[in-house]
Amino acid sequence: MISRAPLAWSAAGLLAAIALPWCALQEGLDSGAWLGGLWSSEDYASGLGQIVEHGKWWLAPTLLALAACLAAALLPATRQRRGTLLLIASTAGLLLFVAQALGIGLRGWTAAWLTTLFGELDGRQVGLGAGGAVVLVALLSLLSIGLALRGGFGGDAFVAGAVTTVASSIVLFTAWPILRILVQAFQDGDGLLAPALLVERLATEKIWSLRCLSGGGRCGVAWNTLFLALGCGAGTTALGLAFALIVTRTSFGFKKTLRVLTVLPIVTPPFVIGLALILVFGRSGLVNQFLEWSMGIQPTRWIYGFQGVFLAQLFAFTPVAFLVLIGVVEGVSPTLEEASQTLRADRWATFTTVSLPLMRPGLANAFLVGFIESIADFGNPIVLGGDYGVLSTEIYFAVVGAQLDYGRAASLALLLLVFALGAFFLQRRVVGTGSYATISGKGDSGLPTPLPDRARRAAACVALPWAAFTLMLYGFAFVGGLVKVWGRDYTPTLDHYAKAFAVEHTADGLIWTGAAWNSFWTTLKLAAIAAPLTAALGLIAAWLLVRQRFAGRATLEFATMLSFAVPGTVIGVAYVFAFNVPPIEITGTAMIIVLCFIFRNMPVGVRAGMAAMSQIDRSLDEASLTLRGRAPQTLFYVVLPLLRPAIVGALVYGFVRAVTTVSAVVFLVTAEYELATTYIILRVINGDYGLAIAYSCALIVLMLAVILLIQFAVGDRRLGRRAVALKGGRA
Amino acid sequence: MRLATIALGALVLASPASAQGVVNVYCSVQVEWCTLAANEFQKASGIKVSMSQKGSGETIAQLKAEAQNPKGDVWFGGTGDPHLQAAEEGLTEAYKSPRLADLHPWAVKQNTDSGGKTVGIYAGALGFGFNTELLAKKGAKAPACWADLLKPEFKGEIQMANPNSSGTAYVAIATLVQLMGEEEAFKYLKKMHANINAYTRSGTAPMKAVARGETMVSISFVHDGVTEALAGFPVKTATPCEGTGYEIGSMSIVKGARNLANAKKFYDWALTPEAQKLGAQAKQFQVPSNKATPLPPEAPKFADIKLIDYDQAKYGKSAERKRLIARWDSEVGALPKP
Repeated sequence: MISRAPLAWSAAGLLAAIALPWCALQEGLDSGAWLGGLWSSEDYASGLGQIVEHGKWWLAPTLLALAACLAAALLPATRQRRGTLLLIASTAGLLLFVAQALGIGLRGWTAAWLTTLFGELDGRQVGLGAGGAVVLVALLSLLSIGLALRGGFGGDAFVAGAVTTVASSIVLFTAWPILRILVQAFQDGDGLLAPALLVERLATEKIWSLRCLSGGGRCGVAWNTLFLALGCGAGTTALGLAFALIVTRTSFGFKKTLRVLTVLPIVTPPFVIGLALILVFGRSGLVNQFLEWSMGIQPTRWIYGFQGVFLAQLFAFTPVAFLVLIGVVEGVSPTLEEASQTLRADRWATFTTVSLPLMRPGLANAFLVGFIESIADFGNPIVLGGDYGVLSTEIYFAVVGAQLDYGRAASLALLLLVFALGAFFLQRRVVGTGSYATISGKGDSGLPTPLPDRARRAAACVALPWAAFTLMLYGFAFVGGLVKVWGRDYTPTLDHYAKAFAVEHTADGLIWTGAAWNSFWTTLKLAAIAAPLTAALGLIAAWLLVRQRFAGRATLEFATMLSFAVPGTVIGVAYVFAFNVPPIEITGTAMIIVLCFIFRNMPVGVRAGMAAMSQIDRSLDEASLTLRGRAPQTLFYVVLPLLRPAIVGALVYGFVRAVTTVSAVVFLVTAEYELATTYIILRVINGDYGLAIAYSCALIVLMLAVILLIQFAVGDRRLGRRAVALKGGRA
Repeated sequence: MRLATIALGALVLASPASAQGVVNVYCSVQVEWCTLAANEFQKASGIKVSMSQKGSGETIAQLKAEAQNPKGDVWFGGTGDPHLQAAEEGLTEAYKSPRLADLHPWAVKQNTDSGGKTVGIYAGALGFGFNTELLAKKGAKAPACWADLLKPEFKGEIQMANPNSSGTAYVAIATLVQLMGEEEAFKYLKKMHANINAYTRSGTAPMKAVARGETMVSISFVHDGVTEALAGFPVKTATPCEGTGYEIGSMSIVKGARNLANAKKFYDWALTPEAQKLGAQAKQFQVPSNKATPLPPEAPKFADIKLIDYDQAKYGKSAERKRLIARWDSEVGALPKP
């Protein structure tokens, strides 16, 4: 089997080098126009054609290396020898490939020192196309096969392939663009290296001042960001835990409603929560108006600043914490809790000394996600921040504002990364090396232990008012789409919906005349492509990180979190920087938007998968391996079915974030691929709140439908925990 | 198969738009205006317009990022300073349109100041927006002069944008500096700080806050107030009696544009009265730069406004801008909240 795999990959790579156009096509692959020009036309020529007909000699070494791989696959050799040969040939091929791709661009050599070294190059190349991509993938696969043959990754080609896939895609679509932009932190305006500038950019009062604590003056943006993120991480974790406990461990009657409710904020397009909060708490909002009318209290601007942003972030990110925690809380095995009670611990002691510590990976992960979501959040601070500046808004305005200073933006982004890094290591310290496995092959009674009264009351006191509050806020938002001018003229109307979603029935059939349809369909299509890929990549990465031991695991874990910690705007600009020029030239296409979705949203899939997977006892994997199941079988038949909540979470999150994300894609959308959120933002900027809210409501309904569909399609995991009327009473 | 090819060929020939090619426009005015302009130009010329709408700050960020391999052809609209900055950084291309002779002098001056790399397409004056209901409730008189903003009844009631992030706020500061001299202007800004409730990040936010009753007075471009008033909010505007500055909405051709000939056609067309009346149709009430464009009745008349002789060349330069913003930062922005 294994000697067939390298054969297939090297043959596929060589075939692609002969029969597919090497470079990217202006009109796309599906037009078929390239079929006639595979040899003769410079635009359409295959790799071989480029070398022979069009003088691109620099492609030849890569293809030779690929041919060497083919030879290594065909020659009789021992496993070890074949592995070594494949490893050498594919590594050489990859290095040559990368060197030529980075070294030769649109106008010959890409760097001045290359020109001085080799002289002027008479030749140019545009971005990589289908042929080049297949060759690259083939070389990577051959590399992983070579490693596995030599005994790396437990000799398992599947594991080796998975590691290579995850690592190389993260390098390509997360690390590379982010590096491209971070380098600017060390450069002056003309692109010259000046490390001292970084110190100068970062060591200012505006970033580090602590005057707000001593009274009088403002704190620097770094502190602002940190205070907010700590508050948000702690708050969302507490709320998320309260909801998760109520849903899994009490006989509370409206669990379904509660579940939908906690998902609502996450499916809400940005700005809606902020606008609704202003409507309720703003100076002309209901609360202030009522206070003034009833008690003569002067209306205040209380909502603008830390309080408002904090509140909005709690609304926005509690569901994420809930999604991370629900799988973990469900997974805590009753066996240990029963053991504790058998040893005469009361319910409260059991809860605090057994259940909570077992949930620690989940709590730490939820806190990490809340913290990082907060520091990367852009929509809420921009609407509600007033002059409470945080790093993400500072970065945004350093890029697009009146300063236009990429160096400053990059330095601030670096600072943000340091914060994320700090939180990440803190989380690792907290979780430590203890074992949290509670899902094992051993049987248990399957009855979840009811919550102790104190905990139940506390959870209910926190979660239920919050739920009511959420409902109220959404009520307002919904009404906002049904009145003429929100906050002004409350005449009921359906005009906004008609304007967005009109469909005319004519003799030629249906015509989608509404203003929103174009962006609506594009969003739906791209999000539907991105979500399964996001979930798959995220869960595979999680499986590798938790279950496999290999060199560079910690680095990989950090790399998966990288794109999550960087604010969307930076990612957006970084993508334009990195992917607007060869070798990967994909700006203006739908592909760059999908890639941005995948690599921006994958981290939550990774976190949820890791938290859930650390609960599943290794003995289950080992049992599968003992029964001669190989790594892929173990993954698909044992681990994945137990991971259903995490899969649902990752799929839902991947889809929903693709639909609601805005700051990352604002530079990537074009007239052809307009997204719902960018359309809504334009409406908000234009003051056309009615249409924006109507569209948002339609999106919310759509996403809820999709979530139910995903839940239905993936299903629940069956843990043998029975749902029996709990004695703990009602919450 | 052959039939399909013929049908496809016929389809391609039948659409005149593709026969004339395309032009990629980055559009920094309101989206309705952008769409109208795209459709009308397409009708007039047969050239397909691929329009993407972005704020002027986002557009120049994108131009910079794409500088090695530009994707856009024309940058239409948006406040003048980023256009001047793009010209200064060599991101845009000089072009002398035959229409230049039909334009107001301020639009032509924008062109000469930038070495021919940008041109004015509309202008808007800086002024105050105020919420008439809030004023009446407090019994305050509407501000009519810069000096009025220092009155105690406006304590905590004024919003302006933060010049670090907003071009509008920078125009305000540059205006005050040109009006009073730099030292006096900063004294004034420090005094006004006591009346300011927030320096917002975005330039249009203060006017929206006025419309929704979140603040009483804003320092904004007056044409933005007209839009809010038409949407049904109790907003009125005034321009300061001492004189005021203005922005020149501009248009530039991207350096290295792939469709240069079409870009020039769009550029020429955008300077005609037919193209410039589209702004008013999209409910945007700036003053168009072609002298022959009819002025909508709602638009603030430039004749009624006391305009200063705004030195776009001097205050549009990035060095001067950086210096003034840094000074504002350390002397005004760093003051404690009153």
